[in-house]
Amino acid sequence: MSVAVELTRVTHRFPGVEAPALDDVSASVPAGVITGLVGPDGAGKTTLMRLMAGLLKASAGTIRSLGLDPIGEGAQLRARLGYMPQKFGLYEDLTVGENLELYADLRDITGEARSASFARLLAFTKLRPFTSRPAGKLSGGMKQKLGLACVLLGNPELLLLDEPSVGVDPISRRELWRMVNELAAGGMPVVWSTSYLDEAERCPHILLMSGGKLLYAGAPQELTGRMSGRSVQIGSISGNRRTLLQRALNAAEVMDGVIQGSRIRLVLRDAAWAPDLAALDAGPEAWLRPAEPRLEDAFIDILGGGPGGESELARLMTPVVLPEARRAAVIEAVNLTKRFGDFVAAAGVGFRVPQGEIFGLLGPNGAGKSTTFRMVCGLLPPSGGHASVLGIDLRTHAAAARQRLGYMAQKFSLYGNLTVEQNLRFFAGAYGLSGARQAAKIAEMLETFALTPHRAAPADELALGFKQRLALACALMHDPAVLFLDEPTSGVDPVTRREFWTHINGLVQKGVTVMVTTHFMDEAEYCDRIGLVNRGRLIATGTPDELKQAAGRDGHEAATMEEAFIALIERSGGEDEGRAVA
Amino acid sequence: MLARLLTLIRKELLLALRDPQSRRLLILPVLLQLLLFPFAATLEVRNATLAILDNDRGAEAQELVKRLAAARAFPTVHLVTDQAALTRTIDEQQSLVGVEFPADFSRRLAQGESAPLLAIVDGRRSNSAQIALGYVQSIVQDYADERTRAAGGEVPSRIVLRNRYNPNLEYRWFLLPSLVAIITTIGSLVVTALSIAREREQGTFEQLLVSPLTPALIMLGKTVPALLIAFGQALVIALAAIFVYRVPFTGSLPALGVCMILYALSLAGFGLFISSICSTQQQAFLGVFTFMVPAIMLSGFVAPVENMPAFFRGIAWVDPLSHFIVILKGVFLKSYGLALAWPNMWPLLLTTGLTVSLAYWMFRRQLA
Repeated sequence: MSVAVELTRVTHRFPGVEAPALDDVSASVPAGVITGLVGPDGAGKTTLMRLMAGLLKASAGTIRSLGLDPIGEGAQLRARLGYMPQKFGLYEDLTVGENLELYADLRDITGEARSASFARLLAFTKLRPFTSRPAGKLSGGMKQKLGLACVLLGNPELLLLDEPSVGVDPISRRELWRMVNELAAGGMPVVWSTSYLDEAERCPHILLMSGGKLLYAGAPQELTGRMSGRSVQIGSISGNRRTLLQRALNAAEVMDGVIQGSRIRLVLRDAAWAPDLAALDAGPEAWLRPAEPRLEDAFIDILGGGPGGESELARLMTPVVLPEARRAAVIEAVNLTKRFGDFVAAAGVGFRVPQGEIFGLLGPNGAGKSTTFRMVCGLLPPSGGHASVLGIDLRTHAAAARQRLGYMAQKFSLYGNLTVEQNLRFFAGAYGLSGARQAAKIAEMLETFALTPHRAAPADELALGFKQRLALACALMHDPAVLFLDEPTSGVDPVTRREFWTHINGLVQKGVTVMVTTHFMDEAEYCDRIGLVNRGRLIATGTPDELKQAAGRDGHEAATMEEAFIALIERSGGEDEGRAVA
Repeated sequence: MLARLLTLIRKELLLALRDPQSRRLLILPVLLQLLLFPFAATLEVRNATLAILDNDRGAEAQELVKRLAAARAFPTVHLVTDQAALTRTIDEQQSLVGVEFPADFSRRLAQGESAPLLAIVDGRRSNSAQIALGYVQSIVQDYADERTRAAGGEVPSRIVLRNRYNPNLEYRWFLLPSLVAIITTIGSLVVTALSIAREREQGTFEQLLVSPLTPALIMLGKTVPALLIAFGQALVIALAAIFVYRVPFTGSLPALGVCMILYALSLAGFGLFISSICSTQQQAFLGVFTFMVPAIMLSGFVAPVENMPAFFRGIAWVDPLSHFIVILKGVFLKSYGLALAWPNMWPLLLTTGLTVSLAYWMFRRQLA
């Protein structure tokens, strides 16, 4: 295998930041395959990619991209390189065709070569029917395809893609993957950075990073091979699977565990130590069988294992007590409809979420998932139908309902300039906590989320994991009975994600009702029930297992949530590519 | 309710003052304008250049040339020797005004005839040139009057000038009160319009909307800090005007305070309205400018409102700045109290009411 990029002892520090963004990284990118640059946000993926592209000068070490020095021979390198940053510079008001024209002009591609590449790329990306559509009106996945087409205009010899699948649903992700795979098979070296470990698992070669350090370079199978025999699944559980997971995570032999629909999946510290089902009180029917190890298991193993099963937060929380009549429908949507002009973003969506349930809202980009979510939590007035939380209509008695509602957004809406403590104090005050009660609650949150050492740090300067904890703390200041989570764990490392779900599982056991939207199919497995939205309609509702069954063919259920998702969406007429992202 | 409002206000002030960038945006313009404006934006003609072509060279002409050269307004005087040089110095903007003495100037004066002088003025700099010409005229007039008196004649009646409220026409007396208004405008709009847009961008605005805080409370939570900050800025400039630049303060301090609050409130109304139709800081910034530039142009600060066509006078009436400048000049120079300020206060109240309700309606509409 020839080498496209060679990194030798590369270190990079940003001024004013103590920890290096990259710490003594040596690796190489082979030609002819997709190299996955894998790690959570803040691992150093983007920095590494920008160094390869010559957009940053490394503090130390040497880099050779296509045999060139990215800084000294930058001009030559750029002519041969395709780089797609996280936010690719598409001009939203220009059409797909005009964007291509523009990038062709910038690359000096004229005459016949130009029309030939347009024809080739429009066919390759299947964007031809949308040539005259403004780029701003494309879905997330189509935008990425257009970005890719623009990058490919120059016939690059090396392709660097920085998180191309962020904000892209499983169907578009698969499509994008197919396209890039085709390019790699043609001999083009490709670097694809991602924080999705399931995606990384499909790369023939990965560079696994965390905190600026390279943890592993090589084939992912080799890494997962080390985990062989350590992953197990427990099924036919009687009793609550969440408390079972909690007990399992507290057992010495278990390193990590997640919920998978009605089952739980555990990673053991040692292949020889099988957990004792009787001791875990899994029920008489329960079975335990080996599961296929995943890259995520290996990553968590390298990081030193997942968190324990206890949520200090949930332990301190007072149980949510609701009147009997209320328990069956804590969140209720009846015939919810939203029209933006002629465009119907959501049509007749209805569901009920009983107390203590985690309800997940899934769907492709622009399918109406966020629109529905926002209508239910009162951020968007519906055009028809109604939504209620705890039996209170959010349009008429908003303040009363909101006092009992917690909300955490994907972007962790915190005041970045304010310190951790000031953020907590603000949200406590906003929910009417004052005086000693406020002080006690803030102290409790700082303690529970281990934020005390960071109390005086501005929220912007926190590491992503701490930001997420702070956002959750702010959303829970007032002991809400209902919690709305909008893609709550995007980009955080799997250990932090485990910790987050440990808290959520704990809260649910205290009677909190949770509604969540997510692109992570793993996260969907934590849900008690899932509502799948496509083309503005709720096309399926059920437990993760039910959806997998419904998606299966010939009596075989779909193996993963992702397969189920894709199958169900395609069966409902496929993704409506024409829908803009709301 | 009050506790929640205080929480919002506290947050807003922390945000405005903790972030170095927004702190600079609030403090720097105040200091810079306070230092620059009173010196740079001078309306007096001080450093003008006068060109003189004396074709006569008689004693009378010499005397007049001496007087012109001694005038404080003309530190530099070019003495040119021919017509072409005079034209050139005006052409090349070396002189603002040129004065030409005809060859028979002294002879005509000696014969008791009237002796005309030619003045050439640079019309490209009409304003300063007119003022400079005024200086030349008054020097010539003084000289003529002296000669008349010396000859035992009667000087014909002349207009005697008294400038009320600003006897020496100190331009700073006129400028600084207006500056109080202009700088507060920036502060108020930044805090309201831009801070809401920033919260929208960062997602914290949604976080507020899903909390039990009502839209009215959220708006109030933006208005009060804007009021406090604008009030603080206005106070700094007003104090500097009084104690550093020695602008007399003849009116009532409470009246000034009340009007400042009222003005800040009307601006907050505009700021909230702008922010209710913007979703990004960039849009809000453009919105603030779209409001601010005409607001200043039509306020009477640049050109008197009375001279504008009726249509623009109408717009100026809605412009809170135009009323506040009148009030400020009144309070500083014309001993205004609340009663005298009232005719300009109620239009402020009216626009405030209008913009705040419009903004409130927009916010509500987005939510329910």
